[in-house]
Amino acid sequence: MSAPLRIFLPLDSAAVALGADEVAEALAEAARHAGAEPVIIRTGSRGMHWLEPLVEVERDGARHGFGPIEASDAASLVKALLDPKASHPKALGPVEEIAFLKKQTRLTFARCGVVDPLSLADYEAHGGLEGLRKALALDSAAICEEIMASGLRGRGGAGFPAGVKWKTVAGATADQKYIVCNADEGDSGTFADRMIMEGDPFSLIEGMTIAGIGVGATQGYIYLRSEYPVAARILNEAIRAAYEAGLLGASVLGSGKRFDLEVFIGAGAYICGEETSLLSSLEGRRGEVRAKPPLPALEGLFGKPTLVHNVITLCAAPTILAKGGAFYRDFGMGKSTGTMPFQIAGNVKHGGLFETAFGVTVRELVETLGGGTRSGRPVRAVQIGGPLGAYLPQSLLDLKMDYETMLANGAGVGHGGLVVFDDTVDLLAQAHYAFEFCAEESCGKCTPCRVGAVRGAEVVERIGRGEAREANLAMLEDLCELMVDGSLCAMGGMTPIPVQSALKHFPEDFDARVQRRAAE
Amino acid sequence: MGRGWTVCATIQPVRTMTDIRSTITAIMTPHAGRTGGLITALRAVQDALGHLPAETDAAAASVFNLSRAEVKGVISFYADFHREQKGRTVVRLCAAEACQSQGGRELRADVEQRFALKTGATSASKDMTLEAVYCLGLCSVGPAAMVGDRLVGRATAERVEAAVSRRAREAGR
Repeated sequence: MSAPLRIFLPLDSAAVALGADEVAEALAEAARHAGAEPVIIRTGSRGMHWLEPLVEVERDGARHGFGPIEASDAASLVKALLDPKASHPKALGPVEEIAFLKKQTRLTFARCGVVDPLSLADYEAHGGLEGLRKALALDSAAICEEIMASGLRGRGGAGFPAGVKWKTVAGATADQKYIVCNADEGDSGTFADRMIMEGDPFSLIEGMTIAGIGVGATQGYIYLRSEYPVAARILNEAIRAAYEAGLLGASVLGSGKRFDLEVFIGAGAYICGEETSLLSSLEGRRGEVRAKPPLPALEGLFGKPTLVHNVITLCAAPTILAKGGAFYRDFGMGKSTGTMPFQIAGNVKHGGLFETAFGVTVRELVETLGGGTRSGRPVRAVQIGGPLGAYLPQSLLDLKMDYETMLANGAGVGHGGLVVFDDTVDLLAQAHYAFEFCAEESCGKCTPCRVGAVRGAEVVERIGRGEAREANLAMLEDLCELMVDGSLCAMGGMTPIPVQSALKHFPEDFDARVQRRAAE
Repeated sequence: MGRGWTVCATIQPVRTMTDIRSTITAIMTPHAGRTGGLITALRAVQDALGHLPAETDAAAASVFNLSRAEVKGVISFYADFHREQKGRTVVRLCAAEACQSQGGRELRADVEQRFALKTGATSASKDMTLEAVYCLGLCSVGPAAMVGDRLVGRATAERVEAAVSRRAREAGR
C-alpha cells in the first residue's frame, strides 16, 4: 500500500477564486502518479490572501507552507513534499513564523486555516466547546455578566455594548425569544464573516448556543447573504453535524436545555444588513427598515425579544466564556476592548485578515503589514468601514483603530474593513458612487434616503462638470445634513460620510477647473 | 391514448397556465408556515424554472395567504428575483469600492467590449447575461467575478472568458 500524503489546502472562497480547487485536483493526481496516496484536507484560509492557494504539510509538529501554488506546480510540489530535504521555490517555511501571522493576536480566528471546518473532533481538540460547557454550568445572569465584563461591542459596525443587549433580552419576559446572527456581510472591503463561516463554522454555532442559553432563547437563525454559497454549504453541514453530536437540539450537550438553529438565505439586498430590515426579511417580507424604538431586543423577530448580533460578535462569545470576561477585556484600549479582525483589502500588496487588539494604526495595517499598494503607486486614500465609511487621506493614516478615535475624526471602525486606493483614484467619482449605491440599495421607506441619494448623485455630477460650483457645493452640504438628521437608519444617515470625507480631505478632486488644468 | 397527445408529450410538453400554476404551488407548499417561507419558496421556484413567471404571484398569494400586491412587493424588492429568463451563463462582476480600487471599472469595460454586451443585458442568443454585483467578499483578491457558480479572483477579461468557455464545455458534456 502506498504511503498517505496529508496535504492541507483552503476551501475558502478567496483561495478557490484563485484556483484552489484546480490545485487540489492536480495535487491528488500528481501524488498518485508519484506512488503516494493523497489525503487532502480542505481547511479555512489563514487570511494571507496574497499567498493563496496556500498548501501546507505537517513536518516535525509544525505546518510548513508553499504558495501561491498553481495547478502547474503540482508535480514539482509533490516531489518536494515527499522528500523533506528537497527545496521548492515556493516554500515559505513554518507558516506560523510568517511575520503577518506571527504578529497577530488570534482569539476569534485561532482555528481558522488550521482545522478541518467540518470536524467537530478537530474543533474540540483546538479548544472548542470549552466556553459552552462553562456557560451550561452558569445561570443566565452570570453568563450575561461575563459578556458585560469583557467590554465586547457589536462588531457589525455600530459598536453597541453587547452585554447591554444580552441583559435586555435576558430580562424580557416572553413565550419565545430568538437569537439572530447577522451574516449579511455586504460592506465592500469586508470578508471576516465569510472567512470564519467557511473556516470555523462551529465557533459561530457555539457562540449562538451560548447566547441562547444566556438570554433564554431556544431558536436561532443565521441570516446569510446569497452571495456566499460556500459559507451556506459549510454552515448547513456543520449544523447537521452539531445536531448529530447533540450539540444542538432538545438537550444541548445533555443539559436539558434546547437550542435549535437554521440558516436563512437572503435574496440580494444590502439594506438587509440593517437589523430591523433583516428581521422584516427573515419574516418573509420586503426588507424595509422599521423605526426604533421598539428595540429588537424587546420586540424583534415576530414581535418577540431578539438578540441580533454580527457573526464576529457571536464568535467572540466562546473565548469570553472559556477564558473569562477579564481576559478578553485586557486586550485593546479604552472602551475598545478585545481584538478585531481587520480586513486589509483593495489595492494592496499583502491583502487579507489581520486579527489584533484595538489600537493598531491605519498606517501599520496598510503600509507595514499590507506592504502598500499592489500597483506600486503611492497610497492616496483608505476607506474604512465599508460603503458608509470615511475616505482618509495620508495625513490621517496614523490614527489608531479604535471606536472613539475614529469617531472623533469623522470616521468609524465599522466592520473593520480597509480599502486601499492609489493615486489614480478620483474622489469625486467615489462620492458619486456613494450616492449611486445608496440609490440602488435604499429600501425606500424614508424620503431623505430614497430621494436624497438620487439628488445627491445629480449634484455631484454638476460639480464634476463645473456648473455653479459654489451653489452646488452648498446644496451638497445641505443635502448631507438633511440625510444625516432625517434618515430612518444608517443607510441614508451615513451615506454622507464617504461623500463629505472625500470633499473635506480631497477638495481638489471636486474642482473641475483644477482637474482640467491637470489634464492639460 | 390519442396520437396528438403522444406527439405533444414526447416532442415538447406544452404547459398550460394551470399546469404552471400547479407546478409552482407544489414547489411552494412545503415552505408555507416556515420562517421567511415566502422568500425561500420564491427562490425554490426560480431555481426550478429559471425565473419567476407571472403565475407565481397568484400561486404564492394563495399558498401564503397574502395579497398579490404583497407578493409582488417582495419579488420586486430583492435583486435576486427576476421575471425574465436569464442567459445560460450569468457573469457577475463586482462593482463595489474594493474592486474599483483594483481596476473593477476597467474590467467591466473590457468584459462589455469582449462579449459585446452591456451590464444588465442578456445576449440575443441567450448564452450569457452580464450583471453587476455588490461585493462577493473577495475584496483582497479583486477585481472579483462570478461565472455561473465559479468564483474568479484577480479577474481579467481573459480569465472571465476562460471561465465562460469552461462552463460552456461542461454544460455541453
